[in-house]
Amino acid sequence: MDLVESYRQDLALARTPVTRALLAALLVALAMFPWVAAEHFVFLATLVALYSIGVMGQNILIGYTGQISFGQAGFLAIGAFAFGHLRIWGAPFLVALVAAGGVAALAGVVVGFPSLRLKGPYLAIATLGFGVAVYQIFVNWEVLSGGRSGLAITKLSPMFGLSGRRYEYYLYVLLLVGFTLATYNLISSYVGRAFAAIRDSDIAAEVNGVNLTRYKLLAFAISSFYTGVHGALYAQVLGHIEPQIFNIAEAITLFVAVIIGGVASVEGSILGAAFVLLVPKVFADFREMVPIVYGVTILIVLIFEPLGLYGRWLKARLYFQLWPFR
Amino acid sequence: MERLLQYALTGLSAGSLYALVALGIVLIYRSTRVLNFAHGDIATLATFVSFSLLTQHYPFVLALGASLLVGAGVGIGFYFGVLVPAQRRGANLLGMVILTLGLALILQGVVVYVWGAEPVSLPFPISDTKTYKVGAVIVSQLAIATIAAGVVGSALLYLLVQRTRLGLAMRATSENVMAAQTLGIPTRVVLGVSWGVASGLGVVAGVFLAPVLLLDPFFMLDPFLKGFAAAVLGGLNSLPGAVLGGLLLGVAESLAGAYLTIQFKNTLAFLIIIVVLLLRPEGLLGREFRERV
Repeated sequence: MDLVESYRQDLALARTPVTRALLAALLVALAMFPWVAAEHFVFLATLVALYSIGVMGQNILIGYTGQISFGQAGFLAIGAFAFGHLRIWGAPFLVALVAAGGVAALAGVVVGFPSLRLKGPYLAIATLGFGVAVYQIFVNWEVLSGGRSGLAITKLSPMFGLSGRRYEYYLYVLLLVGFTLATYNLISSYVGRAFAAIRDSDIAAEVNGVNLTRYKLLAFAISSFYTGVHGALYAQVLGHIEPQIFNIAEAITLFVAVIIGGVASVEGSILGAAFVLLVPKVFADFREMVPIVYGVTILIVLIFEPLGLYGRWLKARLYFQLWPFR
Repeated sequence: MERLLQYALTGLSAGSLYALVALGIVLIYRSTRVLNFAHGDIATLATFVSFSLLTQHYPFVLALGASLLVGAGVGIGFYFGVLVPAQRRGANLLGMVILTLGLALILQGVVVYVWGAEPVSLPFPISDTKTYKVGAVIVSQLAIATIAAGVVGSALLYLLVQRTRLGLAMRATSENVMAAQTLGIPTRVVLGVSWGVASGLGVVAGVFLAPVLLLDPFFMLDPFLKGFAAAVLGGLNSLPGAVLGGLLLGVAESLAGAYLTIQFKNTLAFLIIIVVLLLRPEGLLGREFRERV
């Protein structure tokens, strides 16, 4: 059994040599993947990587801070279109990416203001309203959305002699690793504990000296930054965006990913993103079954396994750690 | 002036249906504190049942009855089959709200699977082209029927809640579940009935909305969001508030569509929600709520 002896040890990303070895193996596997798998699967993995970033952002808001938002599609659209316009004006990829996240974060602060007054279901509806409003603005305002034909985004020019798909894969997985590390650091810092305190009881958090206004707005800003980046990366992969992509169904999908993957867990976000992307692929011949699978999984997860896929994984790991005994 | 009256009347007929949707949402929210995200989808499923029966030339009353049965059945079944077990395992409020979202997804899938995603039109016995002239305004037969459905639905709910023993039990349960249980009220049955009645109200709204809109698996999404807006406007724990909110929203929307811009007609509902929530979070007729720590 591992014994935590100091605070520094508790914060460490990998405590035991076994974990370190497994992490290294995972990284090697991720690096090897595009050379052994078919191009189609590499593309799918790229999608999972970019969705994971969005789901992680959504999880910071829902899982860690306890603020339900159904307006994620709005932030996605804002990020994607900001990115699209910047790219068309000739901004380099990374600059446009950060700027897209920044614009979405600003929008997040604006949406965050009602959250100072609203709780639970009320906030869910207000943010749903934001999502619908953004959708309608983009549909009706052709200057922003490029009208019926949408915006075309120039492809990335691959470096290091890689093929386009492989280059995209490496870039996105690298970004995902960066965001994952950032999220780990965030949630084990003072800010992360303030978020969790707000989730568990905002009045008690305020009494204990957490500035509610600042941290609720910060949660919205960070979460929408992630979502904006997700939107931008998605736009880059698709190469062409129109407002119809970012409808309510997209927001619901992200929400489902958080719940099924596991609330308040970083690994769960990645599992959840993989789930919502792989299920439609597995059921490709029965498209109408996809919402049923989502729905049934939500019911099963909430009744039997409230920690989601990540909770399942924890239990499996515990079983093997304790193995001959149960 | 005549134009104003005409638009107000159109708004009232839509508003009476929003009121029915809002009543269902409020009824469930008041008794279980759960916002039912599957409200619209239950109504969609039930309306498609009506569609199947009406296309096979069954009488309208029979189709409406079957729809009500299906809607109420899904509501009651969901309460006893999913919510009660979840509560026994200690699911919190947020969990239960997410469960209704799960039900919504399942129902959407079922409707698409059975009836397809193509929009169809409901063969409705009451036409919207036959009109009457009342004073200066023109009323279609459908508008009259819609308003009548709204009035009858609200009145029946009023009688049920205020004049029957079951209604008394419902009010007691929504006031304080523990106390009601102690007094010997079978609260689970009462809450189950609340879910059934609420779903039934949504179904009536769905069946009367179907001839105005085209019937497709997502046709209730918009009215459902409007019902939410109406419920928030009137106060989420007040039944008369839901009716008032629905009618106000219907008229406001119709007038905004006529005099301002038609493109952002749907955004108006959300603007109203956000303004109401910021200025008077308990709604027009709702009681102020205080939180205990």
